[in-house]
Amino acid sequence: MELKEKLVSSFLAFENTIDIDSPVHDIRTEAIKVFEEKGFPSKKEEAWKYTSLNSVLKHDYSVFPKQENALEYREVKKYFLHDIDTYKIVFIDGKYSSHLSQTTHDGMDICLMSAALSKPKYRLVIENYFNKAADQDSLSALNTAFSSEGAYIHIPKNKLVEKPIQIIHFSTGTETALMLQPRNLIVVDENSHVQIIERHQSLTENPILTNSVTEIFANKRAIIDYYKVQNDNEHASLIDNTFIDQKQASICSVHTFSFGGKLTRNNLNFFQKGQRIDSTMKGVTIIEDKQHVDHNTLVHHIEPNCESHQDYKGIFDDRSTGVFNGKVVVEKEAQKTNAFQANNNILVSDKAAINTKPQLEIFADDVKCSHGCTIGQLDESAMFYLKTRGIPEKEARALLMYAFANNVLESVKIPELKARINKLIANKIGVNIGFDL
Amino acid sequence: MLEIKNLHASVEDKNILRGIDLTVKPGEIHAIMGPNGSGKSTLAAVIAGKEDYEVTDGKILLDGEDIDELSAEERAHKGIFMSFQYPVEIPGVTVTNFMKTAINETRKAKGLNDMPANEMLKKIREKSEMLEIDRKFLSRSLNEGFSGGEKKRNEIFQMAMLEPKLAILDETDSGLDIDALRIVANGVNKLRNKDNAVVVITHYQRLLDYIVPDFVHVIYEGRIVKSGNKELAHELEEKGYDWIKEEVNA
Repeated sequence: MELKEKLVSSFLAFENTIDIDSPVHDIRTEAIKVFEEKGFPSKKEEAWKYTSLNSVLKHDYSVFPKQENALEYREVKKYFLHDIDTYKIVFIDGKYSSHLSQTTHDGMDICLMSAALSKPKYRLVIENYFNKAADQDSLSALNTAFSSEGAYIHIPKNKLVEKPIQIIHFSTGTETALMLQPRNLIVVDENSHVQIIERHQSLTENPILTNSVTEIFANKRAIIDYYKVQNDNEHASLIDNTFIDQKQASICSVHTFSFGGKLTRNNLNFFQKGQRIDSTMKGVTIIEDKQHVDHNTLVHHIEPNCESHQDYKGIFDDRSTGVFNGKVVVEKEAQKTNAFQANNNILVSDKAAINTKPQLEIFADDVKCSHGCTIGQLDESAMFYLKTRGIPEKEARALLMYAFANNVLESVKIPELKARINKLIANKIGVNIGFDL
Repeated sequence: MLEIKNLHASVEDKNILRGIDLTVKPGEIHAIMGPNGSGKSTLAAVIAGKEDYEVTDGKILLDGEDIDELSAEERAHKGIFMSFQYPVEIPGVTVTNFMKTAINETRKAKGLNDMPANEMLKKIREKSEMLEIDRKFLSRSLNEGFSGGEKKRNEIFQMAMLEPKLAILDETDSGLDIDALRIVANGVNKLRNKDNAVVVITHYQRLLDYIVPDFVHVIYEGRIVKSGNKELAHELEEKGYDWIKEEVNA
């Protein structure tokens, strides 16, 4: 059976396991219809022209894991940011792991989607926010149809959340192939500040396909820093659909570090619904072999006096391929918009490829918008310069690639994470440059 | 120390150097002058080991060893240093970290361990003071946003840190005001000793008032067409290069 048919027929079985009298269930029922009608996207669609899902859809995925699995912390400690205190919301094969998690209800809710969907005290937040930012595209709809578990974070107003929150999804391989559909809802009220790190980590050679949806709501003057660490193994693929709804004077940033995985597609969408909003999207992609990473971004400038900053860097080796498709829409009312976009790439191998496409749709006349993309090899004159200082070819390359990726790291506000990413970059490049940072 | 014999070099099938002969002994300063496009910077790049240039004839010997097959970094490990006319900007790598990497890679090539941190810091402090470089400057990204003068001063700082046997200064005076020129020249003079040598490539005589050469050579159309002492530089300053061209073409 094709995966699409399997998913549609599984929906009936899924309904037997959940409360079908909730308003959320009406949303799910609508969503499965959308998915059934649209199906998985194909390369015929403009937004998927350079990314084919065929190779990841061919597996016979289990849609519901049959059993709950346990992991010991020491086995997976290395995937956590473990040198600082954090909140943790951890899932194993899609099921919540209370053993590995550290949640809270003390003045804020950092807990589970399944709890939020079923308990009356969360009902108002769910009604106000659930599926209010997510798109009606087929993959988001598919996730919505099966949404039952994920992270639920609600920070009430005037709260500085001192510890970062880690959301980690492990998959263990007890199923021969597993499809996961995590659903995260993050609501940050006025003047509050939160830092979140999200990671998907497969511990198996069995194929894993994750189709994740994260909805983030930043109310007035909220500050949200979101970090996505994508360093999965070569059997795991990720489709990340993130929707950020920003209100007046809120500041949101998303950093995406894509160093691994078989196929990674990031659909990152910002909607600016207020004035003086600041949205930042940054990414470093360093991949090799036949890995594929696709960044598909959207910033929708709806009101005046807002800013958006996009800065994506990519280093592609072997036969790896990358896509950057950055769309900026500036509505007629959105005067005095400042929108910047940059996408710079280095192809280390002549078999590697990158397709980069800026898309600007500007309907206002008093705006500053810029975009630029470059694709190149390492600068030979810079290589010569380093070599004349006694730095050998390999180290010189590493130094230049490090320098190239570096300015994206500058804005990482969690020092331990910055150090970790820096090490990952050094490892990816294959050289320990050996200097302190 | 450096012997260049009948050196011919080309880039993309264009002959730039057409038979250079030059001998530099330890303790000497040589100035290489010449009109634009005569091959001065090419000579510097060929000695430093730039791969774009192909040596088609002749040889370069360093302490009697033919260095034609050596890469730029191997030449650096043997003590050749080149100060760039246009130093490259490297964002994200501080001057200090860059110097640490350069010094320790050179030590590694010689089979030595990394320089101990305290020794490194002491050296950085000494050499930066010598070149009147602010401490803050050392934690900035290499050459990024540096003024022309800062870039050149930083080149000489690197020379001071690496202590080369043979330093080639390619148009180090371009873009320098008189104060920066004096600081850079003083730095070079302080680094001189009986065992090292300096080749100064310049278009103008100005720098040679501060770094006084033992020999002055004029390159024209890829050949050294005239050699003399420092008086030759003064003569060139007064009369320009036309008379040299006429002599050669006569």
